Amino acid sequence: MNLTVNGKPATIAEETPVSLTYLLEALNVEQREYVTVELNGDIMDRGDFEGTTVKDGDTVEFLYFMGGGR
Amino acid sequence: MLEIPREILDAVIEQAQQGFPLEVCGLMGGAGNRVASRYPMTNTDASNEHFMMDPKEQFAAVKAMRAADEEMLVIYHSHPESPARPSQEDIRLALTPNVCHLIVSLENREEPVAKAFRIAAGVVEAVDIETI
Repeated sequence: MNLTVNGKPATIAEETPVSLTYLLEALNVEQREYVTVELNGDIMDRGDFEGTTVKDGDTVEFLYFMGGGR
Repeated sequence: MLEIPREILDAVIEQAQQGFPLEVCGLMGGAGNRVASRYPMTNTDASNEHFMMDPKEQFAAVKAMRAADEEMLVIYHSHPESPARPSQEDIRLALTPNVCHLIVSLENREEPVAKAFRIAAGVVEAVDIETI
């Protein structure tokens, strides 16, 4: 399946829709528990990652949590 | 070495002063080691001791950088009452790869101090700032 990930073309082997959780694993995203994901322009709730499907042609953006403290 | 236009560094310090006593935060984009743009972010924690960026603003900033052929070079925030060095929480939450972390200290509000660091796998390395 062909996707756009962080503005660049990306391909994963699976042809059928996969969960967002699976996609992050397939893309070898490290420290996934700290990643925020936008799918086709919508920011996804972390609790919905497993139940959200990604299909051919989708646009995915992900960023790491950015925060800190003194 | 991190090259930052004087007006951008001044704007970050001004943002920190305006936001005092709360921590302020933002991103800088650019190419190589030269900063070209600044994206002030909302500190959704609205705290004197913590900051957390708004994901919606983060995504918008990254897309704007991409459209300008820039990449994210710096994540910055202020320390209203503590020195310009990464806290343990800053180090633990330095998750974005290949960026510098710039901290503006207002411990002495009359003489703000800005310092930059690379943080990877818990290891902190100071980065020289050159204003251009």
